[in-house]
Parts: sequence; structure tokens; C-alpha cells
Amino acid sequence: MEHIRRLGGDAPLPEDGASPPDLADLLKRAGRADETAFAALYDATAARVHGLALRVVRDPAQAEEVTQEAFLEIWRTASRFDPARGSALGWLLTITHRTAVDRVRSAEASSRRDSSYHQQNQPVDHDTTAEAAQASLEAHRVRSAMATLTEVQREAVGLAYFGGYTHTEVAKMLDLPVGTAKTRIRDGLIRLRDAMGVGS
Amino acid sequence: MTEIHALSGAYAVDAVDDLERAAFERHLAECAECRAEVASLRETAAMLAETTAAAPPSALRDRVLADITTIRQLPPEVPTAQPVRRHRVRLLVAAAAAVVLVGAGTAVVVTQPWADETRPPSATVQVLEAPDAQSTTLEFPGGASATVTHSDELDRAVLQTEDMPPPPEGKVYQVWLDQPGKGMVPAGVMPVEEDQTLLLEGDAATATGAGITVEPEGGSPAPTSEPIALFDFGRSA
Ligand SMILES: [Zn+2]
Repeated sequence: MEHIRRLGGDAPLPEDGASPPDLADLLKRAGRADETAFAALYDATAARVHGLALRVVRDPAQAEEVTQEAFLEIWRTASRFDPARGSALGWLLTITHRTAVDRVRSAEASSRRDSSYHQQNQPVDHDTTAEAAQASLEAHRVRSAMATLTEVQREAVGLAYFGGYTHTEVAKMLDLPVGTAKTRIRDGLIRLRDAMGVGS
Repeated sequence: MTEIHALSGAYAVDAVDDLERAAFERHLAECAECRAEVASLRETAAMLAETTAAAPPSALRDRVLADITTIRQLPPEVPTAQPVRRHRVRLLVAAAAAVVLVGAGTAVVVTQPWADETRPPSATVQVLEAPDAQSTTLEFPGGASATVTHSDELDRAVLQTEDMPPPPEGKVYQVWLDQPGKGMVPAGVMPVEEDQTLLLEGDAATATGAGITVEPEGGSPAPTSEPIALFDFGRSA
């Protein structure tokens, strides 16, 4: 519960130190064709949207396209956002993730699948804005929660979310019997959720 | 097929193929528990993106803001006057209450009343929507599940099953209410369907629980085999 509020309302501080924008409010206004609100929403979330896209698709040029595509979809469907069903940031990143996953699945030629997840699993550089500082606090929280997972849960969640692989592919990659990777993914996410206190 | 609930995590992080997605979305339409779970797991997954933030090139901002002016926005979803939809919302509320009530002491695996797409008779709907409705769900190995929802105010109980395998040849699933002093009293025979909703016969307000047994076709006056499922209404403990 506490965290949903945080995702929705406690967006990164703008550089002038003014109070953080309310993402849900910006999204709602964007849904009424308010381009200024949409620009503010972009500024507050672009690094997370692009960072996720980059992490999944790997290729910087494709990641840019995914980020662009995701934001256009966010604009197009903004009126469908319902704050009662989840946070604005969660909604944005759900769209982003799906867009990124669609991209990697349709582009078999992507070089990303040639090298292993672990080798490429390095952190992306943060810029030195207040957003990065805020993000690093949250990141610390996420990493602590990740540490509560079993090894196989952590790997399964990482391959599914950051790798963009299907649970069937994850099972193969982790030498798990077919059908058990989905359970590991679910168990891992539930444990993360509870460790981070994400309400539903 | 079976174990469809177990797909909630993979679905929440898009780790499903197109066929699985379609199947799970059909399931989502009728499973309030999975809807709530998917929502919470998507929030959780979004948190993971906090570890990967990377600012895009500034030129991208200009492109995006230029492009949106050429894209017509979807209208908001307008609530349609559809009874089934209203029914679902109210069920969700009942579900939340049921979770709290059933939590302690009973041999409950999970609690999950789910909305019903088959538009059951009104008595069934009344039980499912009753303010005092309590649900107990049992999950079977293999992914099938059965839920009994009872309302003391209405004196009735409803059994819902999901992904239930058919009974052995020549047999039926029979449902019983456990009545103090009388034992297992027949409460109905389940039609052979994977997913179904059955209003139980008998006074659920006095019953301490319900059970399911496998019986010869036509049913029996008293159980002739060990129950495959027992639901505790949580009165004694
Ligand atoms: Zn379900």
C-alpha cells in the first residue's frame, strides 16, 4: 500500500528541488490531450522507461525505438489508466516491458541472444541528476529484496523480466523441468512483492 | 488446461507465448484472484526497473513530443450497463471480506471466490454476493480447484469448480453438507463439466462444512467412499 503511493506520487525530484510531480495526475491530464502534462510525465519517467527498454532489447538504437513506441502508446491509451488499479509508473512500465518484449520476439536477428544474460548483466550508468539519486535509493531497496530470493528464483525472474524470455525458454536455460519455471517466476515475484511491501 | 493460476507470474512479466497469453486472459476474465495477483506482480516487476534507469538521448524527447500531435487518443472506457460486470465488482468486495474471515484456523489453501460467466440462477448469485459470504478453496494436485461459498443469512452454499477432471467411468462427484448430529447429508451431484457452479441443496447455515466424494452414477444416500475434498466452514475452531 505504502509503496503504491510512492510509485505514483514520489517521482524523481526535478533539478530545481521543487516538489515531485504526481505521475498519476500528469497521466490523467495527458489523457485529456494536455501535451504539457505529457512532457512533464516524459521528463519524470524517461530514464526508467528507456533503461528498461535498453535492458531488454540491448541494442541502443532499438531501445530508442522501443522507448519512443512505448511513450506514443502511453499517450494514445492514457485515458484508460485507472489509479484504483495500480500506480502510474507501474502502468507505464508494463506498457514499456510489453513493447520491448514484442520487439525482441519479433526480431530473431537480434544479436542480444547470442551472448549470455550474465555477461551482459552489468549496471547501466546513471546520470548525475537528482533522478539518479532518487533512483539509486529505490534501487537499493530492490536489490535488498532480490537478495531474499533463492538463486533459481532470482535467475528465473531476471531472465523473464530483463531477458524477455518466455517461461518455457527460461526452463530450458536453467535446466528446469518444463512447467516449473513459471512457478519459480511466480514464487520469486511474490517474494519480492512481499519483501518490498508492494500492495495490490 | 490445468494449473492455469500458476501462470500469473509469467503472464505479469510477459513471459508467455501468444497462445498462453490468450488462454490466461480468458481465465483472468473470470478469476478475481488472478486479476489481483497480476496487478500486484506487475507493480513489483515495475520496481525492478529502478535498477536499470538510463536517460535516453535528448533528441528522443523532441521526436516523441512531435509525434504525439499526430496520434489520436483513445476515449476513456465508458462503463456499459452490463449486469455481469457489476456483479464482478461486487464479488471482489465480497472476496476481500471472505479472506479476512476465513484466514484463521481452517485448512484453507487459498480463498478465492471468482466471478461466474455462466450466469447462474439468481439464488446462486445471491449467495456469492451475500455480505456475509465466506469462501473456502481447495486446490488439487494437477491444478483443479473447488470453492465452497456459504452464506448463513441465506442458509445456502454454492460450489464452484475449475479445471476439474471428469470422474471415473460410471461415477459422479457428489457433494455433501456436514450437519451436526446427522453427518454427511446429500447436497447434490455435480454435472460432468470442468468448470461449473452448483447451488447446494440443504441448510448451509447449520452445516459445519462440506465434502465431495466419488459415488456410483445417480449418487448415494450416504458417502460410500473417502472424500476427495473437505471444506471446513470454520465454526468449531
Ligand atoms: Zn486464477
